[in-house]
Amino acid sequence: MLQPQKIISRNYDLPESWTLATFEKAGGYQAIRKALQMEPAKIIDEMKAANVRGRGGAGFPMGVKWSFMRPHPTKPAYLVVNADEGEPGTHKDRTIMEKDPHSLIEGCMIASYAIGAHVAYIYVRDELHLAKQRLWDAIHEARAKGYLGQRPFGAKDYPLEVYVQTGGGAYICGEETALLNSLEGKRGEPRFKPPFPAQVGAFGCPTTVNNVESIASAGPVLLLGGAEFSKLSRLHALNDGGSRLYGVNGHVDTPGTWEFNCGPTINELLEQAGGVSKGRKVKAVIPGGSSTPVLLPHEIFHMPDEKSPMHEWHGKSVYDVPMGVDTMRVAGSMLGTCCLTVIAEGTCMVRVALNLARFYRHESCGQCTPCREGTGWILRIFEKMERGEGTLRELDEVAEIASGIVGNTICAFGEGAAGPALTFVKKFRKEFEAHIEAKGCPYKGSIL
Amino acid sequence: MPFEPTPERAKEIEEILSRYPLKQAACLPLLHLCQEQEGWCSEEVIDFVARRLELPTAHVVGVVTFYTLFNQKPVGKHQIWVCRTLPCALRGGEDLLHHCEHRLGIHDGETTPDGLITLRSAECLASCATAPMMQVDKAYHENLTPEGLDEILTKLGANLR
Repeated sequence: MLQPQKIISRNYDLPESWTLATFEKAGGYQAIRKALQMEPAKIIDEMKAANVRGRGGAGFPMGVKWSFMRPHPTKPAYLVVNADEGEPGTHKDRTIMEKDPHSLIEGCMIASYAIGAHVAYIYVRDELHLAKQRLWDAIHEARAKGYLGQRPFGAKDYPLEVYVQTGGGAYICGEETALLNSLEGKRGEPRFKPPFPAQVGAFGCPTTVNNVESIASAGPVLLLGGAEFSKLSRLHALNDGGSRLYGVNGHVDTPGTWEFNCGPTINELLEQAGGVSKGRKVKAVIPGGSSTPVLLPHEIFHMPDEKSPMHEWHGKSVYDVPMGVDTMRVAGSMLGTCCLTVIAEGTCMVRVALNLARFYRHESCGQCTPCREGTGWILRIFEKMERGEGTLRELDEVAEIASGIVGNTICAFGEGAAGPALTFVKKFRKEFEAHIEAKGCPYKGSIL
Repeated sequence: MPFEPTPERAKEIEEILSRYPLKQAACLPLLHLCQEQEGWCSEEVIDFVARRLELPTAHVVGVVTFYTLFNQKPVGKHQIWVCRTLPCALRGGEDLLHHCEHRLGIHDGETTPDGLITLRSAECLASCATAPMMQVDKAYHENLTPEGLDEILTKLGANLR
């Protein structure tokens, strides 16, 4: 059984955990006081030592990202927090904003000070009204106390402001450059990289974009010390440090969100969530949001290189390998957001693939032709399959379309849409073929 | 009739503008604010936002048409969004949507004839561990059952079929 951790989620169960009074009573706003006495470069060093791999899905080390910020002679710097949580199957950042908004505000202050920014924008998807309200209330409370403003804590002459910005219901705005365009009041279309946001970000100025959970980790990292924080992780040797939030949803008895030291296995998380619902067996798991390719229980982790720190799991089921940025890549998927979607036996995988294809068709921003058209073509093929009107030729076309998308678009949305579609066809080809043969769904469309 | 924000909203607009180095950044917040008053992003709302932020009208139209949450036509008094993306679908989200359609006698995307409710399907609303769920105006309703759903619809004053 996994041991729950209480670092990011330390205040979740306290009464009125979202208020300043509760937060301070539990030791809140001590980390920022400490930070303001430190050299910014030293804070970045601590973050590097903490090995906080970006909690938004890409897994880029947060400290390294901060170190890309260089003071500009004329332009200000900005911190932008990506709170556009919308990856299907992801429900973790919301818990921070709703239950412990002050920890995010404190993280924003630490990060801003470290990267030389005076203004932070938290870009929250519009639907999360409670999260936005709690964040604004937290900002107003912190401002009234003089924590935010011209002289934080009345001590340091380093003005700090945090604002909440509202999205408009577009998944693509979770892509950092699309988010920046949206923040600037434009259509949320991703930008070409380079230049990267650290050079040209919000309003043409150097900008760091980080996920909510990454930023909320900054306070605990400073109080614990970077190295100590990193060592909590089972994957510390892989520079994948600390603790983080995990979620399990779909066909399980007790779905939920919990914090653990980095590196629980899929099987451990399944157990945590009460096992597969209705006493069934697991058929597949999407490890970290719908853009991460699906994993099956019989798949074997392959790392024959004896020198690799990942060799110890060579030959094991991918469900028994600690989930980390690097291990999940070796397993043929991605760690993503650490929120698992569990699919039980008896579920029609064509219907699953179709559901997600519809999502990507709906959310493609339409800027790049391969993605705009390709997502629609994939959806049409899956729809035909499920209706029993598909052909083998069309099934093979999915691979062609997917390879036409991958690498040919401005942002990673294309990969996120094409990769999983391709994986569903590859790993569940027999089911697709059965649909073609039976001229209909042999599972009677069952998805429950 | 040109759009005019209420005095409270006019004040809020000033406050919003103070947050950014560029007026244009207030485009989404202003559209949300005006839509709250008007119910949708009418031509008058678009014209108002464009003038207030000194933006070309075409820019604001481009923004309105890009984002799902800006209504391009009038909607019902209450807006219901039922999540249909995979994690909800695995726990009955699609059935819930059909149940809503059946009870309200309208299809996904339509408004009840009395103008009370607009029903729409939504893509993932970050509530997968409490699926199935729907959003009614600004509130989330999670771990829904058909019975719970009927109760919510009744409270809104809907004529259930």
